Amino acid sequence: MILTHFLKKGLTWPITLTILIILAIAVAVPFSNLYLDPAHPLHVPNHLVGLFGKYLTYALLALALDLVWGYCGILSLGHGAFFALGGYAMGMYLMRQIGSRGVYGDPVLPDFMVFLNWQELPWFWYGFDQFWFAALMIILVPGGLAFIFGWFAFRSRVTGVYLSIITQAMTYALLLAFFRNDMGFGGNNGLTDFKDILGYDIQASTTRAGLFSASAIALALGVLITAAITGSQFGKLMIAVRDAESRTRFLGYRPEMVKLFAFVVSAIMAGIAGALYVPQVGIINPGEFAPANSIEVVVWTAVGGRGTIIGPIIGALVVNGGKSWFTGAFPEYWLFALGGLFVLVTLLLPKGIVGTVRDGWAKLRPAKQAPIESDTTQKPADQANSQPQAAE
Amino acid sequence: MTDKTNSLLYLDGVSVSFDGFKAINNLSLVLQQGEMRAIIGPNGAGKTTMMDIMTGKTRPDTGDVIFDGEIDLTSHDEADIATMGIGRKFQKPTVFEGHTVEDNIALALAGSRGIMATLFHRRSEAGEGRIRQILDTIRLSHLRGNTAGNLSHGQKQWLEIGMLLAQDPKLLLVDEPVAGMTDSETEATASLLRDIAEDHSVIVVEHDMGFVRELDVKVTCLHEGSVLSEGSLDHVSADPKVIEVYLGR
Ligand SMILES: Nc1ncnc2c1ncn2[C@@H]1O[C@H](COP(=O)(O)OP(=O)(O)OP(=O)(O)O)[C@@H](O)[C@H]1O
Ligand SMILES: [Mg+2]
Repeated sequence: MILTHFLKKGLTWPITLTILIILAIAVAVPFSNLYLDPAHPLHVPNHLVGLFGKYLTYALLALALDLVWGYCGILSLGHGAFFALGGYAMGMYLMRQIGSRGVYGDPVLPDFMVFLNWQELPWFWYGFDQFWFAALMIILVPGGLAFIFGWFAFRSRVTGVYLSIITQAMTYALLLAFFRNDMGFGGNNGLTDFKDILGYDIQASTTRAGLFSASAIALALGVLITAAITGSQFGKLMIAVRDAESRTRFLGYRPEMVKLFAFVVSAIMAGIAGALYVPQVGIINPGEFAPANSIEVVVWTAVGGRGTIIGPIIGALVVNGGKSWFTGAFPEYWLFALGGLFVLVTLLLPKGIVGTVRDGWAKLRPAKQAPIESDTTQKPADQANSQPQAAE
Repeated sequence: MTDKTNSLLYLDGVSVSFDGFKAINNLSLVLQQGEMRAIIGPNGAGKTTMMDIMTGKTRPDTGDVIFDGEIDLTSHDEADIATMGIGRKFQKPTVFEGHTVEDNIALALAGSRGIMATLFHRRSEAGEGRIRQILDTIRLSHLRGNTAGNLSHGQKQWLEIGMLLAQDPKLLLVDEPVAGMTDSETEATASLLRDIAEDHSVIVVEHDMGFVRELDVKVTCLHEGSVLSEGSLDHVSADPKVIEVYLGR
């Protein structure tokens, strides 16, 4: 009851519309891919299903970053780490599903372990043959790391640039660790050559269509949860912490706890995004921890418009769409284009695409004298809406 | 000794220095339950620093700071102290600029500060009434939906006083509430603070002597981190030491 109220509060019409569009895409793209004739103009070919599915997980990652950066002022330059950890947890499950079909045919040990002459499975690989266990780890590992990291960083009141730097250091440290063969995660080759997921052939177009839908549904859920959180009193508190952290303390709030909660929720969202990414691209390797990856997420979010829910999604889709085209056309220049884009957006569109469009829209509407009036008329209606729910 | 247990706020021998500079120097001050006190003193006298100490922002090097007869404020942090009933208005008005006037009050409104409580918070009938009443008191009802960042300096001062009211603390620390206000706004603020003082204890720091006179309460003059003179406004302003360092300039 209290939960439905919480979720409903986030469902403003733009959010509802966004969720409906994403869900429509979750149905339409797989349908067109599987059931339309390849000659049909609306047919989506296999490679595009995989590509768009990947973009959807990027969009979820950008949304996760926006929850902490746009709404809570925590500029994380290490969100790629949570994405990668979720990805590794999924990758470990997929590795265990290979079974004796590996090159060396060992029924238990993944190929890279046989290659390294390991005799038995390391303890931290236990359980990953079960999907439910892997699913739990996809949530617990990124969430747990975010909790421990945030607990120390936020309680010691590390903020601003210093915080950004240590998040970057975190992902860099993980990058170095995962590169090591003796860590037990496949070293620089990472985890790959997956065969099945939940018993379905991972290469089959039906499976890939299913993964696409799962990514879209995860994104829709991410939108719903982010909207509910940011639309609540807690969401207002997050913004208050972002704008005047110390002031909230003198009202009796604990901003470090506000940030910790947001950071953990965000890391879990990023982890889920990573877990959906890996089966679609077919590999996870330490490169996903590269600091540059995390910085790219910041660029997507800035381009789309931080502090809005639709912004990071648009940003992730637009920038990655651009990247796919650009790396095809002028492969050497992509990083310059990305850097230039970031500079341009920062200078010309500080609120990103969505923020700028929203402000422009607000200006275009016939300037009613008082925003106060529209607000007071809105209030009683709001109350009237919430009355019947109280009786639920 | 009785002062220590009966008073609302008891400071004794408090000192704090920043890089060797003694901002507060062996300061002692007692505020009775229900009392309103005005604090005056030249720039740099340590008035704001004193409030920093009372609210847990700054830890004193030595001395006792006792709240409500028993609570040692030096061992609590800002959030604890705020929850225990000390509210503060800053010298430079500090409101949540991105939020509406209404949301500023709503965030300050007394209530549970936990994560779950704020996530699942639903404004009660009583809460709504309280917000409306506070907005009336601080004369910002007509700007309820406006972004706080767009308010005038004086309006921000009032909004911050409104946030204090919403917190409903036992003790209000009000740092320079009338800076940037017109004469009529200043008068209105004085009468508002007198109303508040009916059922709260208040410490007001202010340079505006006309305003202090309006408050009509006991006055403490600080200088170089300790009490220079204390008593009625007439007594303090006739004190040759006060005239020399402060009023006479
Ligand atoms: N955090 C700090 N670090 C260093 N010096 C400080 C700090 N806080 C205050 N001071 C110094 O302590 C002295 C007292 O400052 P305080 O702000 O308390 O004065 P004030 O009485 O409030 O003055 P004003 O009337 O100008 O507001 C000043 O000299 C100030 O520079
Ligand atoms: Mg001061």
